[in-house]
Amino acid sequence: MTAAQEAIIPKFDDDDAEGVRKLAIICSKGNLDMAYPGLILGNAAIGEGVEVHLFFTFWGMDMIIPGRMNELKFSPSGNTAMHMPVGDVRIPQALAPMPGMQPMATKMLKKQIADLGVPEVPEFLAHIVASGGHLHACRMSADMNHVTLEDLYEGVEDIINASDFIELTAGAQLLFI
Amino acid sequence: MPVTTIEGHEIHVDAEGFMTEYDEWTEELGKALADAIGVELTDDAWGPIRFLREDFKAEGGHTPTLRRVSTVGGFDTKKLFEMFPKKPAKKMAYIAGLPKPAGCV
Repeated sequence: MTAAQEAIIPKFDDDDAEGVRKLAIICSKGNLDMAYPGLILGNAAIGEGVEVHLFFTFWGMDMIIPGRMNELKFSPSGNTAMHMPVGDVRIPQALAPMPGMQPMATKMLKKQIADLGVPEVPEFLAHIVASGGHLHACRMSADMNHVTLEDLYEGVEDIINASDFIELTAGAQLLFI
Repeated sequence: MPVTTIEGHEIHVDAEGFMTEYDEWTEELGKALADAIGVELTDDAWGPIRFLREDFKAEGGHTPTLRRVSTVGGFDTKKLFEMFPKKPAKKMAYIAGLPKPAGCV
């Protein structure tokens, strides 16, 4: 120990000298469980000072269509990692498509998510927008769903085509979900 | 556990520099910690810092995440990003003398 020893101060690595880190996340799924990875990682990245763009395409459009965004579903069908609430028993795939399974699985997943204090999709998107994240919708998917910007969640900035997306994400890190 | 000195205050910190002893913190020290990371603590900025301190104690030693500061503390997210640029959750935790938030959201 010497008097000249430097104080220990966290390095936040937040000066812009090396340019702003950019992350683009393509949200292409409309199942409840697959909506969350993009939201959680995007939100975390914003909190780390990263410029974040979420691009909603194909089934992911359900995440930004009011009337659908809060009604995403989770199905155990085709998901062999789905376990019974008690014990460590896998739900047999033959039972997965039975009537009532999807609502039950959706309700369970929503409860587990809420118990962790993680918001539902609309509230999560609102938090991301308030934090400075950018939401974009896919032109082709919008045309396929017959929706315009006015029909989409208010936080969506624009409907952009594939070339716009490539231009927008120059130098960005990409995640396809 | 390392000990470091910030503007004359001797404090226990982790390897990164976040304080590890809740009771070593004072508002005067909070100001010094903010200075050390280049954050100017306006009157408004004290609101969230005090909320972090109280919430940490009330929740049994969990630093609130940014979303919790906004939903439970009632502070505007946009303003938090203005007052504690780029990395508000970590910067607030540092200034409040708490560990980094452990939660994802």
